Amino acid sequence: MRVSKKMAVVSKECVACGSCVKVCPLGAISIFKGLYAIVDADKCIGCGKCAKECPASVISIVNREGQNEEKKALV
Amino acid sequence: MKRKKHWYDYLWMVSAIYIVLGFLNILFAWVGIICFIVPLLISIISGTKAYCNRYCGRGQLFDLLGRRFKLSRNKDIPHWLRSKWFRYGFLAFFMIMFLNMLFSTWLVFSGARDLKEVVTLLWVFKLPWHWANTTAVSPWIAQFAFGFYSVMLTSTFLGLVTMILYKPRSWCVYCPMGTMTQGICILKYKGESNK
Repeated sequence: MRVSKKMAVVSKECVACGSCVKVCPLGAISIFKGLYAIVDADKCIGCGKCAKECPASVISIVNREGQNEEKKALV
Repeated sequence: MKRKKHWYDYLWMVSAIYIVLGFLNILFAWVGIICFIVPLLISIISGTKAYCNRYCGRGQLFDLLGRRFKLSRNKDIPHWLRSKWFRYGFLAFFMIMFLNMLFSTWLVFSGARDLKEVVTLLWVFKLPWHWANTTAVSPWIAQFAFGFYSVMLTSTFLGLVTMILYKPRSWCVYCPMGTMTQGICILKYKGESNK
């Protein structure tokens, strides 16, 4: 399976509202025990819909290699 | 790929109808207790935020108005609004105002104060609500309805303002119920998670 170059990453300030879960076209995000959202790295294609929807703006789209570069990888 | 619609995707109608019913008869405000008890029960019993994630009609309503009807600027929420201290501070403030409302209800119940037929928006602005016909019930039942409807109207108003200014569901970031249910989940899984 081809792996996308980018993927979504959720920061610690997630409020677990579930807005991202509803917009994800691949069902790649879920809310982990009511604590925060988690991204299934295998399913995520980095489309950015969740990042756009997130009311707290705590999801960023990053390059898979070097996930720590964070914001400069934002599309 | 279009997500399959479920019955609970239409709960926004319930939230909209609730606000309208309150205008028609203030006593309908009592129904709103469901929005307080159900999320708490879900988080305490099952340890999830399924209420926020699936069933919250208010979140859906903001999503519908903001995203579908494009009534939102879609800007990032300011950092302070999503910070922990603001979220928990707002929860504390909300709880104090809620207790204050319960105290007013108690005063009317005990006969120390007469029923005040006003809905208070944003905790200061008093909206006269004379058309409410509450003669069928005890004054304290009506007083609670006025107080509770004030809480619901105020939070809807705040939610609408932040929906327009920031993202559709900005309210969810600082919603006291959301903060509380997440807090319950944090306490429940303390030590288990490694994030």
